[in-house]
Order: sequence, then structure tokens, then C-alpha cells
Amino acid sequence: MTGVPVLDLAGVAFAYPDGRQALFGVDLRVDRGERVALLGPNGAGKTTLVLHLNGILRPGAGSVTVSGTPVEKATLAQVRRQVGIVFQDPDDQLFSGTVADDVAFGPRNAGVRGPELDRRVAAALEQVGMAAYADRAPHHLSFGQRRRVAIATVLVMEPEVLVLDEPSSNLDPASRRELADLLGTLDVTVLMVTHDLPYALQLCERSVVLSEGVVVADAPTYDVLTDAALMARHRLELPFGFDPRAVGNVHP
Amino acid sequence: MGAGHGHGAGRSLHHPGRSRVHRAPAHLKVVALVTFMLVVVATPRGASWAPVAYAAYGACVLAVVLAARVPVLFVVRRMVVELPFVVFAVLVPFVATGPRTEVLGLTVSEPGLVAAGHLLAKGTIGVAAALTMASTTTARELLGGLERLRMPALLVEIMGFMLRYVDVVTGEWSRMLVAMRSRGCDPRSPRHWGTLARGLGALFIRSYERGERVHLAMLSRGYDVGRAR
Repeated sequence: MTGVPVLDLAGVAFAYPDGRQALFGVDLRVDRGERVALLGPNGAGKTTLVLHLNGILRPGAGSVTVSGTPVEKATLAQVRRQVGIVFQDPDDQLFSGTVADDVAFGPRNAGVRGPELDRRVAAALEQVGMAAYADRAPHHLSFGQRRRVAIATVLVMEPEVLVLDEPSSNLDPASRRELADLLGTLDVTVLMVTHDLPYALQLCERSVVLSEGVVVADAPTYDVLTDAALMARHRLELPFGFDPRAVGNVHP
Repeated sequence: MGAGHGHGAGRSLHHPGRSRVHRAPAHLKVVALVTFMLVVVATPRGASWAPVAYAAYGACVLAVVLAARVPVLFVVRRMVVELPFVVFAVLVPFVATGPRTEVLGLTVSEPGLVAAGHLLAKGTIGVAAALTMASTTTARELLGGLERLRMPALLVEIMGFMLRYVDVVTGEWSRMLVAMRSRGCDPRSPRHWGTLARGLGALFIRSYERGERVHLAMLSRGYDVGRAR
């Protein structure tokens, strides 16, 4: 783990215009190739933090650096190519008439045109197993398919880090597993916001717990999930019948 | 499905096919339709040849419908949208002033009758032509056509969003209605119109917030209004 971190947040604090403070000095470093789960109860500031990663929100104090580039007005276009955010509701992310158009949206904004654009769109759809649906309208797809297309719309930008907001929410168990298989095949740094603790254990070797706007734990996922006191303190609960010890540490 | 049509309002208007009319570029169809309508509307009221002209226009539309292999009944059934217009046209001879004449034993205004006839002919031809266009062109093709006709990209984009989200918003509304009904509200009863209005308000807020989230998602993928497309 040498070199410049992909994501480097130092003392990030943020208050909404109405005065409600959401982040109180967050430090977070994610290195290339890591898969990190961002855990925390509702209202912990997870989504607020995510919106800082590509400069949608700007910290009131502290700094966000993406692969050595500070996030500021002049670097926004570059940073938004480097950080790919997949939002929770695919209907928010997919707004074009066809799947292919939607996947082409990001690269087109970056000035990619012609055969190069077609090639990248096809490759991204291939990656998520949705190549056969290129000409379909997004609203005709199942929820799981829409989620996969939403991931393709971001992969096509060839981001350095993929940020997923609740990737397993609203998916049936089969789609949830298919998505895990897909995420397992991607060779990209991942930051995954989730309440789905078994999913975090399966996919991410490291977990960061955000609670009331600060990072309260940053450790291997297995250690976090087996620390009963920490879990209870921050309203994290394992689903009924799930025991991480029975699964074991899948990322030793 | 392949062409990506079939959303909300467009679902029932489009008749998929592979005819020459279907395949013609949408921008040509738009220009042809607008030109045709202008000619129809410009037909002078007083001209003695007007009925012949109307018959010719009608024949034109019919020819296109047949060439497109769209069942004539498909178009005729959808012409019910003209109904309020027809009612209005039928009323004109009764309320208009001027010399009176007898039709089927009723005394009606003669200029009114002429006006109504013209109104009805022009309206019917216009509706039929527009429906022919709609039945042979998907909404997405139409947007592409408007774009090629140099309609401002922002307007085309907004229309595209409307097409994309009409199903999402109506779906949300029908789920809200189901939830209201489940708690004993009857949307048909005037007693519950207040609830209904508040529901619509909530729907508006939700849609507005969704618009904001979509905008965020667009910004995240490098969208910049200044240099859109």
C-alpha cells in the first residue's frame, strides 16, 4: 500500500445551510485496490460524506484529495471522472431514453465521441452483463438490472474509485448475490456505503464506521462485526441468525 | 420494445411497424406534418373549392395511413380526443347569428353552419394527421427529429426527461392512491378531495426532490449545462 492514496480526507467538517452540522472532522484514507465498507446508523452523515468525494458538497473545514488532486472548483471535472458515484435509487441515475444513451452520458460530457464512445459504452455494459439491453428503455428493466446499468454508467468513466451508496438495498436475494459476483470481478477501488453487514463482510476487507459525523472505527470488517460493544454503541446490528464467526474472516 | 417506445402516454398511440412511413426520418415527418397543417389551416373559408380541398387532404392522410399499414380503425378509435371540439362545432350553428336555414327540421344559422363545417373539417384532418405521425413515430424518434431540426438542446433534454419520468411519477401517484384507499379514503368522493390535493402537493415535492437528485447524479458524471452536447 504505497503511493498516493486514491481518497484522502483530512478533518472534513460540514454543516448544512440550515445550520445542522453533519460532519465533525472526518479523516479517511483509501489506497488503490482497497475495498472499504462505510458503515453507520441512519443519519450518521454517510451520504453527506459521499457527496464530498466528488465535490458536490464542499467541506466547511478540512480537505478532500483524490489521487493527489485537491477537490476544488478548478478540478471538479477531473475529480468527477476519477470518482464514480452510484446513487441508491437507479431511477435517479438513469434518466435517458435508452440504456446505451445513459451509459454514454458521462463520457460524452467528457468530450468522448464516435466509435471510441460506442466502444466504451459496449465494454461497460459487457462488464455488468447488460450488453443485450443496450437499446431498452431503463424503466422497462427489473430493479436489479437497473442497478447494474447504473453501475455501468459510472464504470464507463473508468473511475479510479467506485463509490456505491447502498448497493444491495431493494434487491431480491438472487440479484443481491449477482451484484456481489459482479463487484467481485471488478478490478477497481471500492468504497461501499451499506447497512448490509453480511455484504460488507463478503466484499470488503476493511470497514470504517461513521457515527454522529465522526469516524469511530477503522479496522478489518471481521474485527468490526465481532466487536459487540462497538456495534451496540453505534446502533449497528447483525441480521437475525447471522454470525460472522461462523462465516470466518474471508479476507485474512 | 427494441425501439424503446412504450412509455406512459406514448404506449397506446404508437403502432409498431416497418413500413416506409415508419422508417422515414423523424425530422422529415415533423416538417411534412407542420407544412401539411399550415396548408390545411390556410384553406380559405369562402372558397367554393374548399370541400374538394378537404376531400383531397383527407385522401392524403388516408393514403399515408394505408402506406404505413396502420389499421384505419387504430387511428379512428384514437380520434375521440377530438370529441370536445366536435361538441363545440355542433353548437356553433345554434348560437351563431345571421340568416337562418332549415336542416333536418331545425332552424340554424347559415354562417354558423358554414363555420362549423370548416372547423370540423380542419380539426378532423389535423387530428388524423397528428395521430398518423404519432402512430408511426416513437417519442424517442420524435425527440431525435426535433434535435436535428435544431430545436434548442435544453428543450429537447427537458422533453426527454418528461418521457423518462412520466412512468415513474404516475407510478408513484398510483402507489400513493393505493395507500390512501387502504386507509379508507375514496378519491372519487368530493369529501376527500382535500386529501387528494394534499397528496398531489406531496407528489409535486417528491418529484421536485427527485429532480434535484437526478441533477446531482448528472453533475457527478461531469454534466455542465454550458457545454451540453
